[in-house]
Amino acid sequence: MSDNAVDVDRRRFLTGTTAVIGGIGAAVASVPFIASFQPSAKAKAIGAPVEVDIGKIEPGQRITQKWRGQPVWIVRRTSAMVDSLKNIDGDLLRDPASSESIQPEYAANAWRSAKEEYLILVGLCTHLGCSPSFVPEPGAIDEAWVGGFFCPCHGSKFDLAGRAYSGYPAPTNMTVPPYRFASDTRIVIGEDEGDAS
Amino acid sequence: MNAVVKQLTGLRDWVDDRFPLVQLWNDHMGQYYAPKNFNFWYYFGVLSIVVLALQILTGIWLTMNYKPDAELAFASVEYIMRDVEWGWLIRYMHSTGASAFFIVVYLHMFRALLYGSYKKPRELIWVLGMFTYLALMAEAFLGYLLPWGQMSFWGAQVIISLFGAIPFVGDTLSLWIRGDFVVSDVTLNRFFSLHVIAMPLAIIGLVFLHIIALHEVGSNNPDGVEIKKKKGPDGKPLDGIPFHPYYTVKDSVGVIIFFMFFAAVVFFAPEFGGWFLEANNFVPANPLVTPEHIVPLWYFTPFYAILRAVPDKLIGVLLMGAATNILFLLPWLDRSPVKSIRYRGPIFKTALSLFVISFIALGYLGTQTPTPQMTWMARGFSAIYFGFFLLMPFYSKMDKTKPVPDRVTSK
Repeated sequence: MSDNAVDVDRRRFLTGTTAVIGGIGAAVASVPFIASFQPSAKAKAIGAPVEVDIGKIEPGQRITQKWRGQPVWIVRRTSAMVDSLKNIDGDLLRDPASSESIQPEYAANAWRSAKEEYLILVGLCTHLGCSPSFVPEPGAIDEAWVGGFFCPCHGSKFDLAGRAYSGYPAPTNMTVPPYRFASDTRIVIGEDEGDAS
Repeated sequence: MNAVVKQLTGLRDWVDDRFPLVQLWNDHMGQYYAPKNFNFWYYFGVLSIVVLALQILTGIWLTMNYKPDAELAFASVEYIMRDVEWGWLIRYMHSTGASAFFIVVYLHMFRALLYGSYKKPRELIWVLGMFTYLALMAEAFLGYLLPWGQMSFWGAQVIISLFGAIPFVGDTLSLWIRGDFVVSDVTLNRFFSLHVIAMPLAIIGLVFLHIIALHEVGSNNPDGVEIKKKKGPDGKPLDGIPFHPYYTVKDSVGVIIFFMFFAAVVFFAPEFGGWFLEANNFVPANPLVTPEHIVPLWYFTPFYAILRAVPDKLIGVLLMGAATNILFLLPWLDRSPVKSIRYRGPIFKTALSLFVISFIALGYLGTQTPTPQMTWMARGFSAIYFGFFLLMPFYSKMDKTKPVPDRVTSK
């Protein structure tokens, strides 16, 4: 082979291998940049459980507690409120049996709580994460309203167990966080019944 | 005097031997031939550049005093407003500039609709412009979190949750965007980084490409006539005039008049009745309480109204995304043989009018508390909005057109 001749095959091979190796290198190098967007170790660590005194909640009252940066609601339902849940026609609800929604096993019932009296919910709409308003008065939103939660952002409606009504944007019932009763008047949010020490 | 001119000429030639200075100037200014019949609508391109420059300038100054920290951000904005020398002016210029940016960009895009500026051979200019528009929307959204008010927080919460509607990867994706389980200090800090570095770089790069593509094919005009088809003996388009000095001078007048309106807002109505700065954003972010009435700023409300009109989370998000992205297809949806609305028939004129009405109506509905009647109205206007695009291949083809003149008209 003379010095002037170009070995096209060799050139193509070298160009190809360089491009492939370089491409793989660039793809691998992008991993830390993309993964760096994930929650840091610090952000993950702030998920500690919180203990709340529920002894001073009046019947029909709601309190809000921060857990993992999110609002968690504790509603002490009156017996009238609990009865109203039983009278809601299941066809009006998206997921009356809570089969598509997120809740611990002990809250996978019609009233969505371990004890009928206390409802514990993550206070964020399952549509786009706004915090709905607590509207317990029957008839306050429209004539059929039996009390519940109303999202001001996009109009989603939930009953007093956080179950979503059909025909509004929220796709599932509101989330029930894990919790356990430390005593009759104290609950721990973020720990399951089984985690009791 | 002569000696000075000689020295400067020498310097220019010295540079020119090393950098294509004169050629660049001639290609893009001195010998860039633009149609001589530009009208009022052609101000909004240059105004977009002016506002971009203004946003970068004021943004650099705001960055000097702003603190991207959830504990400090809200107070640092108030510090800029109250204690920093002229801070109130720089901040109001930036916040008014954001709305002004969308006003001039929407009018700039409407100009393209009027005169068919997206049609062949300018499809790529339109596509690059659309990417710039999307980048601008991202930039505005990222920047809106920074004051860390109630609307900042809950607006970001809602928009990031939109990604959560994507099947399978949605929740992982929104966690990845936030970098935390809720919108938090982490989110604020990264949005700051993206707002001041990543997106401005992307926007500047896209605007550069947009202009290079424009100067390659040449500007459209209100008649939709290709001026390059009729050239004089000197090879210059007969209906073209050099961008400089003709349009640089003309545009200067437009820029000055724009700044008169701009200054009026900055000095006398910077909040613009809640349309440019929302009342709820003067309340520090509270992750436990959503404001009663939460709406995005006006430039997003048409799409927000479409999102709310759909009673299904995923379909709502998809339609909202489609409402912006369908604009990309405009050059291929329009089958009309003519570009300008001057030579189009009644069907296109009606369709465009209905589109403008539906866009404005959706924008208004997006700012209102949803009632069943309003939701139905939003559904109707959404149908018109999408109908304008989806039916365009049919109505633009069957529409009666008038003959297009060979040369631009002097109206």
